Formats: sequence, C-alpha cells, structure tokens
Amino acid sequence: MSVINSDTTILEKEPERAATSRPASLARRIGGLSDRAIAWLFITPTIALLLAINIFPLIWAVRLSFTNYRANRPNAVVESVGLQNYQRVLTDSDIWIAMQTTAHFVLWTIVLQTLIGFALAYLIDRKFRGHAFWTTVILIPMMLSPAVVGNFWRFLYQPQIGLFNYIVSYVTGVPPSSFEMLGSVSLAPWSIIIVDTWMWTPYVMLICLAGLRSIPDYIYEAAEVDRASAWRQFWSITIPMALPFIMLAVLFRGIENFKMFDMVMLLTGGGPGSTTEVASITLKREAFESWRTGRASAFAIILFVAVFGLANIYVKALNRVKQR
Amino acid sequence: MSNATSAHSVVEPSTTTKRIAGIIVVLYAIITMVPLAWIFMTSFKSPPDSISYPPKLVFTPTLEGYCNLFTTRTRQTPEYIQSLGPPQSTCDEITRSRNMVIAGPSNYWPRFTNSMVIAFGSTFLAVFLGTLAAYGFSRFRVPLADDLLFFILSTRMMPPIAVAIPIYLMYRELGLSDTALGMILLYTAVNVSLAVWLLKGFMDEIPREYEEAAMIDGYTRLQAFRKVVLPQATTGIAATAIFCLIFAWNEYAFAVLLTSGTAQTAPPFIPTIIGEGGMDWPAVAAGTTIFLVPILVFTILLRKQLLRGITFGAVRK
Repeated sequence: MSVINSDTTILEKEPERAATSRPASLARRIGGLSDRAIAWLFITPTIALLLAINIFPLIWAVRLSFTNYRANRPNAVVESVGLQNYQRVLTDSDIWIAMQTTAHFVLWTIVLQTLIGFALAYLIDRKFRGHAFWTTVILIPMMLSPAVVGNFWRFLYQPQIGLFNYIVSYVTGVPPSSFEMLGSVSLAPWSIIIVDTWMWTPYVMLICLAGLRSIPDYIYEAAEVDRASAWRQFWSITIPMALPFIMLAVLFRGIENFKMFDMVMLLTGGGPGSTTEVASITLKREAFESWRTGRASAFAIILFVAVFGLANIYVKALNRVKQR
Repeated sequence: MSNATSAHSVVEPSTTTKRIAGIIVVLYAIITMVPLAWIFMTSFKSPPDSISYPPKLVFTPTLEGYCNLFTTRTRQTPEYIQSLGPPQSTCDEITRSRNMVIAGPSNYWPRFTNSMVIAFGSTFLAVFLGTLAAYGFSRFRVPLADDLLFFILSTRMMPPIAVAIPIYLMYRELGLSDTALGMILLYTAVNVSLAVWLLKGFMDEIPREYEEAAMIDGYTRLQAFRKVVLPQATTGIAATAIFCLIFAWNEYAFAVLLTSGTAQTAPPFIPTIIGEGGMDWPAVAAGTTIFLVPILVFTILLRKQLLRGITFGAVRK
C-alpha cells in the first residue's frame, strides 16, 4: 500500500536475498572480475573508513570510560577505575538535572512541531493552487545551518532592539525592553523551543505529508458512499492511517533533539545559570572544559545506550501500530 | 467542510476549503520567512540603523556590513585619514567615513573556502564510496550486512560531542587535528552510513534483470554497473549528494571542537565576528547571508530530489 507498510519494517531489514546467488555463475561464465571480488572491492573501502572513524573510536571511548584518563594531561599515569565513572555519572545530580532539561525540550518541541507540522501537511494536502511552491518556501528553514541561524536569532531576541521583542510588544502591548528572551530563567528555554520549532516543523510536515498522500483515494470514496461526515472521516481514516508516519516523525525529532547542541550553544550557551543546559552541553563541559575524559566517555556511552534503548522500545510500539 | 457537493470527484476538496487552506499555509510561510528576510535586510544596514529602536524597515542600504565582514580595520585620527590619497574602493571610502582604515583582509574568506573544500570533498567521497558499497550490499550476499549497516547507522544517534571525544584524541595522535583532511574524513564517515542506507534503497528498486540482460549481451558486471545501474540511480545519487552536502556545510559541533585555526569552517567562525564595542550585526548578517545563499539556491533548484530523499530516507529508516 504505502512504502512504510511494505516489508521494510523499521530496524529490521527486508529478507530478500534469495535471488542473490543466481547472477554469480552468470558473471563467471562471461568473464571479468568474479562477483565475490567485486563485492569486496566495492564494500571494503567503506567498511575500512567506518572501522577507522566510527567503530574504533567508539571502542576507544568504551575503554576510556573505565579509566581516569584526562585528555589535557596525556602523560599522566592512566589508572583503571572500574565502574566508578558510571557510578559517579548516574549519581551526579547536575547530570540528572541536565537530563530533565533535555526531556523538557524534547517533549515541548515534539508537541509543537507535530501539531503545527501535521496541520500544515493536512492543509497542503487540500492541494490548493501553488501548494508545491509554498511547500518549498516552508522547507527553507530546515535546510539552513542551526548554528549560523541560531546565532542570528540572538539578534532577533535582543531586549530593546530585537525584532522578535518588537513584534511581541507590538502585538501584546508589553514594553519591548521589559522581557529578555535569552536572559531570563523562565523565558530562555522557550526561546530555544521557538527557534527549534521554527526550524524543524517543516520536517515533521514533510513526513506527515508523505503519510497523507499514502492513503488511497478509494477509502475516502467508500466513506463518502457510506455518508461518513468529514469530521468522522478525519478521525477514522486520516489520523489512523497517517499515524505510523506521525510516530516516525516524532521518533526522528526525538532522537535529534536529544542530541541538541548547536542551537543551545549559540543562543544561551546553557544559561542563564544552567537553566538550558541540556545533556550535550554538560557532556561538552565535562569533556572539553573540565577535561574529565574518562567520566565524559562514561556519560557519552550512557547517553548512547539510553537513546538506542528508548528508540528500540518506541519502534516496537510503532510496529504494533502499523500492524493494526 | 469538504463533502459530496463537489460534482467531479468525492475526494476533491471544495473551492472554499482550498482557499482557506491556501491562505493559512501562505501566512505560515511568510511568517517563517521573516527572520531570513531580516538577516538579508540587516546585512545592508549601517551599524546604527541595525540597532535602532523601533527596528527600521526603511533605511538607506549600504555595503558597510559586507566591507566589515571581509576586512579588518584600525582606528585612525582624522588628520591621518586626511593625509591619505583618494580612497581606493567603495569599502575604503565607507571605512574612512568611520574614521578607520582597512588594515587587511579578515578571516571570513579563508573560512568560507574551508567550508567549500570540506563540504564538497566529503560529499564526493561519501557518495563515491556509498554508491559502490550500496551496490555491493544490494546485489551480493554479504555476511551480517544488515546488522552491520544498522549498527553503523545507529552511531548517528550518538550526540556529536560523544563521538568527538575519541575522535579528538585520535586526531591529536595522528596529527589530523585542525586539518581539512581530518574534517573531510570525519564528515565522510558520518555521511557514508546514511549514503549507503539511502542508496541501497534506490538500488534495490532497480530491477536486477536489467544488468542480467546486459551481461548476457556480453557486458562484464563492472560494465553493467557503469552503463546500466549508474544511469538508473542518478536521481538517488543526486538526492544523497544533497543530503551529504547540506550536513557537511551546516555542521557545527565537530567543527567547533576539532578545528580552531587553519581548517576552521564558516559555522564556528561566523558567531565570533565582533565589531568595536559589541556585536557588529550587519557584518554578522552579511556573513550569514553569504553562507546561506548556496543552500537556498540548492533547495530551490533541487527541491524534487530533496523532497524525495527526505521522505524516502525517513520512511525507509
């Protein structure tokens, strides 16, 4: 029916290798390199690069996480400390606060982006004149560099001169210098959520749009024949059939925002105080400011396991929704 | 709203529905464009205009922001400036009107060049390696291929800072810190997992029968790959290349941690642009505008491939 409902379930790949052995004999008969040689010739460079720059450093990080290594003292004696780093990370209240801050961001950005993104996708799917052009316009923010654009949002958020404050005060009547988006404890998290939503709603919209377009017309036609109201059609056809796509968009945004770094770094740098200090910022402080490389590695691995575990649980739920 | 009143098709929304939907979407699009329009406008403002209250919509455009972006300047006495000959260029004239003289070029252009070299270099490598590997994974039985691919792709779930810790140590040992080569290799490695994943999907869609027919006609497999599979995969390769390019162009976290001087790219550099006594916002806006333009052009020119890639990549993952 749709791409997502085909045999490509998430995290499990299609088992369609039955026919692979057939062309092998063919090629050998004709001459040239054997298929086996070509397969290795084609795959080895990529594997080698990934081993060197992905896998090897990862193993190294695992090893470091059991030591007291500090990257700013390369010549100091490195001692094994067992599980102490992990224990320290998991009992560190600052880290738990950072995790809560991260969860707060992930939750709100997902809620806003899903609501706005789905609404936009639904409206675009009404196929008004020029919808293709406006879709492209809406996409533009997500193509841009979060760091470079985030840096400029700092200007828009300036208390007196910033455009954002000016517009808010124009609309609400609050004096433009009476609130500081980046400097106040209560508003700083929202300033980041606003920029993230501005930037990434189009992404959610696109995936929702793919979902809406995968719903075959005949289902709606059948509903019309049955005299189902537009409202009824929306809740019993549109939403359930687009749900796997919406959930997918939520998953991707969740993973991305769990790692959120660029924008926070440039907008608030984790401040004021540590109100917007998300996990990535804490990790950066541990690793590249306090130079506790061992402990930072342990934290990194905990983060990885957490995202990976949560994503897998979520995917199980998603697959159950798809099978319904 | 949309119901059986429309005669031609039951699923076709009514004209009113379409009009309302259109108005809301266009409004949203315009609102999201405001920050970008503001960046563009600010880049042509003079520094006093850029920080005026209320924010100025109408102003006299000047190239001061662009001049300040590309030059470093020193303050001089008016007498000294008077003693100089006639200004050499528009920038010279603007700078002198602020009682300053141009001391030399700024670091913006070298940083921009670094961004180009690193983004295009890593994109080329990632797509090249990715195409070969995707073909290999798509057509031959490779032991543990799927698990391997998935594990590699899942390392993208790690926060970039977490990846950067061991890379930082490794690059320090290998002398790759702050080199374009190091950044190209790193971005290639990050992108290649996605490239293989996306391209394998595209390759799986190309029927095997095409190559088999070509091979029966006397092509070797390599020839069949070059003359039959590659032309068929062009759209997929283009879509993948745009993704790799956008990632490498926009990337900040690795760049800020692993480059500081000679190999620094534009994203970590632009936020460090400051003027005399505070941020020089027109210069920042100018740097941002120049940096965003290539991606804007790409987005508009290649929107079809881009759309296909985003939904395809997402749905496949």
